[in-house]
Amino acid sequence: MHELSICQSLMAQVESIALEHRAQSVTSVVVAMGPLSGVEAQLLKNAYPIASAGTVAENAELIVKTLPIRVKCNQCGSESDATPNKLICKQCGDWRTTLVSGDELMLMSVELEKSKDPKSVH
Amino acid sequence: MCDTCGCNITHGNESLIRPGGKLAKTESGKEAVTVLHSLLHENDHTAQHNREHFDQHNVLAINLMSSPGAGKTALLEATIQQLDKNIRIAVIEGDLETENDAERIRKHGVKAIQIATGSACHLDAHMIHQALHNLDLSEFDIVFIENVGNLVCPASFDLGQHQNVTLLSVPEGDDKPAKYPVMFRTSDLVMISKSDLLPILDDFKVDNAKRYLQDIASTAPVIELSSKDKSGMPLWFDWINQQIETRKAYLQEHPVHHGHHHHEHSREHSHSHEHHAHAEDTLNNDS
Ligand SMILES: Nc1nc2c(ncn2[C@@H]2O[C@H](COP(=O)(O)OP(=O)(O)OP(=O)(O)O)[C@@H](O)[C@H]2O)c(=O)[nH]1
Ligand SMILES: [Mg+2]
Ligand SMILES: [Zn+2]
Ligand SMILES: [Zn+2]
Ligand SMILES: [Zn+2]
Ligand SMILES: [Zn+2]
Repeated sequence: MHELSICQSLMAQVESIALEHRAQSVTSVVVAMGPLSGVEAQLLKNAYPIASAGTVAENAELIVKTLPIRVKCNQCGSESDATPNKLICKQCGDWRTTLVSGDELMLMSVELEKSKDPKSVH
Repeated sequence: MCDTCGCNITHGNESLIRPGGKLAKTESGKEAVTVLHSLLHENDHTAQHNREHFDQHNVLAINLMSSPGAGKTALLEATIQQLDKNIRIAVIEGDLETENDAERIRKHGVKAIQIATGSACHLDAHMIHQALHNLDLSEFDIVFIENVGNLVCPASFDLGQHQNVTLLSVPEGDDKPAKYPVMFRTSDLVMISKSDLLPILDDFKVDNAKRYLQDIASTAPVIELSSKDKSGMPLWFDWINQQIETRKAYLQEHPVHHGHHHHEHSREHSHSHEHHAHAEDTLNNDS
C-alpha cells in the first residue's frame, strides 16, 4: 500500500511547517484529493495514526476533502462532471477531453496550536 | 507555492479547491496555515532531478508498468536481442525480493541495476536516484525501468522517466483500463502483450480494450506484441526510435547546461510557502 509512504511524506511536510511556525502542536490537517489521484481516502486515513505517531501532529484531526471529477471537452469546449472510467463529454459525447479536476492530491492547510512565548509570534 | 514540481493549483481547479476563498476562521491561540502543496512534491522534485540526469547524457528513460507477470522482463529480453545494436541499453529492475529479473537481463550482456524493493509495492524517485549513481549514463542511450508488477501503486510516483509504457497482457482481460484508470491514464503507450494468445483466449477483444482506453480519454497509441513469436516488435521499435528523435529535437531546443555539478542541494527541506529548497542526498559520483 503506497498510502503509508504518501502519509509519511505528508507528515514530513506538516512537521516542517509546525517547526517553522514554532507551533506547540498541530490540531488539524486538511488534505484535498480527487478520485483519480491514485490514493484511497480511507487507506490514507488508516495510515495516519501510524505515520503521525510520536510527531507534533499525532493528535491532529485529518480532514480529507474529495474533489469532483470535471472534464473539458477538446471538441465543443464545454465542461462536465465525469466518473473515473468515463471521462467523456456530457454535452457532445466526444472522448477527447482534458481533465480539469479530479487527480489532485494536496495538502491544503494545517491548523497550529501556538506556544505562548511572545517572541515566537509569526 | 511551488513552480517547479507541478503541484500548483491550476486555473481550472482553483474554484473547486478554494470554495469560500480566504483562510478558515480560527480560534484564538491557533493559526491556520495555507499550504497548497502536493503530497508527492518531494518525490516529484527528485523525479525532475532524475530527468535532468538523463537529459544531461541524452538518455531516453522508459518506465515499464503492468500487473505481475504481464511480460515486462520478457519484453526487455526480446528488445535487447532485436533492437539495433547501436542503441545502448541499461535496465533498472524493481523486483520485490529477488535478483531473478536482473539476472535474466545480465545473461544478455546488458547492464542491469537491481533495486531490492523489499515489501514496497512501487518504485519511487529516490530509489531511481540511488540507482543512477551506480550507472554511468554516458555509456547508454536508453534506460528501461522495470517497475514493480502492480497496476495501482506505481501510477502515483513519477520516477523521472520520459515515457510510461503499460503492458496489458491478453490473459488479464480487455477491461483493465476501466478497472485501473489511474494507471492507464499515465500511459504514453499501451502494449497488448502476449498477443500470440489472442487466438486462444478469444474473449479478449483488442477493440474493447481500445474503447475502454477512449473512455478514460487516453490518446496513447496501442500496439499488440508477443515476446514469444516476436510479432509487433517492429512497431515497438518504431515507437522507440520516434521517442529518441523527439528527445533529440527537444534537447536541441532546450539544451541542458553541462559542466557544472548540480549536486549541491541543501539537505534541509524548508517550507517557506513561497519557495522551497528540495531535500536531496549529497552523493557525489555521477560523472
Ligand atoms: N505466451 C506468451 N507468454 C509470455 C510472453 N511474454 C511473457 N510470457 C510469459 O509470462 C510469464 C511472465 O513473464 P515475465 O516477463 O517474467 O513477466 P513480468 O511482467 O516481468 O513479471 P514480474 O516482473 O514478476 O511482474 C513467463 O512465464 C513468460 O514466459 C508472450 O509474449 N507470450
Ligand atoms: Mg519481471
Ligand atoms: Zn501499494
Ligand atoms: Zn463536447
Ligand atoms: Zn513542490
Ligand atoms: Zn542527482
